[in-house]
Amino acid sequence: MTDAFASDRPSGLASSSDYLHAGHTLWSWLTTTDHKRIAILYGITITVFFLIGGAAITVVRYELLSPNGNLISDDTYNKLFTLHGVIMVWFFLIPSIPNTLGNFLVPLMIGAPDVAFPRLNLLSWYVNLAGGMFTLAALITGGVDTGWTFYTPFSTMFSNGDVLLAATGVFVAGFATIATGLNFIATIHMLRIEGMTWFRLPLFVWSIYAVSLVMVLATPVLATTLFLIFAERLFGLPIFDPAHGGDPLLFQHMFWFYSHPAVYIMVLPAMGVVTELITCFARRQVFGYTFMVYAMVAIAGVGFFVWGHHMFVSGQSPYASLIFSFLSFVIAVPSAIKVFNWTSTLYRGQISFEAPMLYALGFVGLFTVGGLTGLFLASIPVDVQVHDTYFVVAHFHYIMVGGSVSAFFGGLHFWWPKITGKLYSEAWARFAAVLMFFGFNFTFFPQFILGYLGMPRRYHVYPQEFQVYHEMSTMGASILAAAYLLPPFYLGWSLYAGKRAGNNPWGASGLEWQTSSPPPPKNFFVRPTVSERPYDYHASGRAPEADDRTPRRRQDKVA
Amino acid sequence: MTQADYVIREPWEHISDQRRASTFGMWVFLASEVLFFGGLFMCFTYLRVLHPAAFAEASSHTNIWYGTINTGLLLTSSFTMVMAARLADLELRRLMALCLVATVALGLAFLVVKGFEYREDFDRHLVPGRDFAIPVAAAQLFFSLYWAITGLHAIHLTIGIVAVSRLAFLVERRELALPSPEFEITALYWHIVDIVWIFLYPLLYLGGRS
Amino acid sequence: MNGFPVFPGQASTQAAATDRIFGGLLLLSGLIILIVFGLILVFAFRYRNGSKTKRGGLPKWIERDFEIGWTLATLFLALFIAWWTLSASLGSLASNAGAMEIHVVAKQWMWKAEHPNGAREINALHVPLGEPVRLMMTSQDVIHSFFVPQFRIKQDVLPGRYTQTWFQATRVGAFHLFCTQLCGTEHARMVGDVFVMTPDDYARWSAAQPQGDDIAAQGATLFHSLGCSGCHEGSTVHAPQLAGLYGKPVQLSDGRRLVADDGFIRDMILMPHANVPAGYEPIMPSFSGLVGDDEILALTAYIRSLKDAKETRR
Repeated sequence: MTDAFASDRPSGLASSSDYLHAGHTLWSWLTTTDHKRIAILYGITITVFFLIGGAAITVVRYELLSPNGNLISDDTYNKLFTLHGVIMVWFFLIPSIPNTLGNFLVPLMIGAPDVAFPRLNLLSWYVNLAGGMFTLAALITGGVDTGWTFYTPFSTMFSNGDVLLAATGVFVAGFATIATGLNFIATIHMLRIEGMTWFRLPLFVWSIYAVSLVMVLATPVLATTLFLIFAERLFGLPIFDPAHGGDPLLFQHMFWFYSHPAVYIMVLPAMGVVTELITCFARRQVFGYTFMVYAMVAIAGVGFFVWGHHMFVSGQSPYASLIFSFLSFVIAVPSAIKVFNWTSTLYRGQISFEAPMLYALGFVGLFTVGGLTGLFLASIPVDVQVHDTYFVVAHFHYIMVGGSVSAFFGGLHFWWPKITGKLYSEAWARFAAVLMFFGFNFTFFPQFILGYLGMPRRYHVYPQEFQVYHEMSTMGASILAAAYLLPPFYLGWSLYAGKRAGNNPWGASGLEWQTSSPPPPKNFFVRPTVSERPYDYHASGRAPEADDRTPRRRQDKVA
Repeated sequence: MTQADYVIREPWEHISDQRRASTFGMWVFLASEVLFFGGLFMCFTYLRVLHPAAFAEASSHTNIWYGTINTGLLLTSSFTMVMAARLADLELRRLMALCLVATVALGLAFLVVKGFEYREDFDRHLVPGRDFAIPVAAAQLFFSLYWAITGLHAIHLTIGIVAVSRLAFLVERRELALPSPEFEITALYWHIVDIVWIFLYPLLYLGGRS
Repeated sequence: MNGFPVFPGQASTQAAATDRIFGGLLLLSGLIILIVFGLILVFAFRYRNGSKTKRGGLPKWIERDFEIGWTLATLFLALFIAWWTLSASLGSLASNAGAMEIHVVAKQWMWKAEHPNGAREINALHVPLGEPVRLMMTSQDVIHSFFVPQFRIKQDVLPGRYTQTWFQATRVGAFHLFCTQLCGTEHARMVGDVFVMTPDDYARWSAAQPQGDDIAAQGATLFHSLGCSGCHEGSTVHAPQLAGLYGKPVQLSDGRRLVADDGFIRDMILMPHANVPAGYEPIMPSFSGLVGDDEILALTAYIRSLKDAKETRR
């Protein structure tokens, strides 16, 4: 009988006992089943995809400086924003937090030595990579011009782009998403350490659990949809073709049945990250823990029933639109609860403003703006005006970039000392966080105004009067790009010259901070047990002390 | 080493936990599969409601004999598969290997029958396209979905046959201990492939013959 | 149009209604943002680490009561907004029976419009001020979307079916028309202008157009040249007579009932076997591939005019 915990106690040299030093060859990385190493593999691939997607949109933004569309051709423009959308949605945002931070942290946070199916975990990385390669191949062999939404009949019968190859990439990557979700669900059900009851789970783990449900249940419908695109485009089997009585709207229903929940795949883990950050730097227990849990599960659940709000002007039944509109207003309630709880967690805290906290506060602000503009889109008359305009573009960037990407950077900075064992330059990190916040608003706020004025999305030739906003937006995007390029430098530098982090540099309370930094291959030298709720930063009914930056009790409360 | 240690994998400490987790994981995967085929069935239902007459007409062009024989083959294979999983629990190696072989044989028989049916469909011009046999436009929708869904089902079944063959091979070589969770999860997968067919049979073959 | 617009001009009755809701939501969002951002800033300052602010503990009950309180408050607010905007949407569902009807056919990458008197135009649409206009739209290839920002209207235009939208212009001038559904290479160039003219100007413009036949008259010609009249006009073949058909419910042989609207007539021409009327054999041949979208529109207009003729006879 193997004892997963006892097998690798430190044997003298500290450096040889962490997961980073468990093997030095490339082969040891490519065949690893350690969830922490797989998290880093995912980290590398999503960074590469982020840079590719970012490069595409940089060209797009510069093209939009002039209203004449004279920098690149019509087709090139269509292919570039399609590339940006496909790469960013499926190869950056969907795997970003779950597959890097989630992969690294979920087993640590619940006291497990690894995920439930470590080999499946590694397989998912290869599958995701293979999907990415298919999609990149489609771009090299000529590009795709359908937009990331692949609407029929354009994608099946009219597009000259390499739709099949790109869709194959997305189809294949879907298996990686399902495998990831399945792995997390089984891990959280089966591998919680003794005493770690459901309502003692850190909220990040809850968010990953909620998102895994969505991954497992929504992604297969995307697979169905893409499969039918293959059938129609490759084999000429009519399904959506109106000439044979098919219905293009059927495609849209199926596509959005996946793609609206997919938005929650992107934002739910971000909510989890931000909750961990705010509670730690405010030194207060999360306000309304149980309500936060219910809110996340409610968002994941109701998220499956609002897809029709993407189709108010599509020609679907107006009565269907009424119901979808109503449900879309309802789903605003759990999101609002979360914002109120984050704000209340600050109340009577001992707040400090390290870089992760700046990202977290930025997230709350940007998510609030993104969520409130969602109300505009849920109301049918306003949506009729702003549907498929820059208003929508601004709205979902506030949620996905202002929200998810901010949270991703916040989480990366927060857990960087745990992942690498090194401390980065705090001053540079704070500077990048502030720059990102302002660059982001500068880029996307003008687009709300543009959208209500009527500037359609996916246009690179546009009326003169919109130019001033596009100029602002491009200037903001330049600042944003600079802000995104900073972390690779100072984080990379910390790997060489950073100070050693110690086990718990932030004085945080979760189980992941009880083990060494970086953690050993099996995560814990001593098996933890849990007897407390998370986030015990102060006695209940009392306030946290000013100079006390350690949790009152660690969650594991080792005797 | 006991036989249980032989199949245990990280991060598990007890074979019972590992089996529980594997079974649980498989059920989660099956939930995903249900949504996958569910999307196709939803598509079929929607288009059928849109074009009831054309779908009834098209459905009457399918060959009910092939469909019925295949239903019988697949249901029987589910029986032999569940027997194999149960016999693995009881550690009756020989009998279990026999059941696995029977399952593979029945699965292959299904594919052979399906192959004959496909050839007949080709000959009778039931592939949507220029020289499609039925002069009703929406009948092509029916046959598009017929080819798409039965093709997908055949791919699933092929994966199942490979998985069961692998089990039979490993059992024969005594490289797989009988308490391994693989028997039960392979059986679960086999059953979902079977259940999908149970939905397909009435949708494709019986719909136009009521 | 100045160089720094912040708000789109209003040029239709719908514009004012939409802007009211937009303004209401803007006010509400502004208020919520003020509260949330204000609280975050105040808390961040007052409760910064080491500040002298007194921090009492929070009593146990406060968490649950607050949560229930603001859950109910936001739920109530959400339901209120839903009621408010949905009742506005329901109001605009009301049909405009007497509206002037213009047919729009979209194709990669242009807009073609046909007026009731047969006048045609491309990438332009002339309409009279103050008169309700209903657009009956279809596409010849992919999905397009008809968007006039100053009217606050947008409607996807689909191949193989009709979608419609309506507006009543309130200001004379030229307004942008955009396609807002990605439709291929020249999507960004699939634009046009909507010209709102005084009724007098419109009448003058309309009269000056090189007039083809009245659209229903074109349909009548087609009705004979395509051979429809061979069965559908008092022949020995057992085929339904079409006078008075338009707008009436039709009993089908499989038990369904459909209303004989534009979409129904289109389906009957292209896919006659999909909906077989009760009491008839499915003997009509499909005209799929033989007639274009423009011709179907004309045939439909002719069949609709037959209805009018019958009703005036009564």
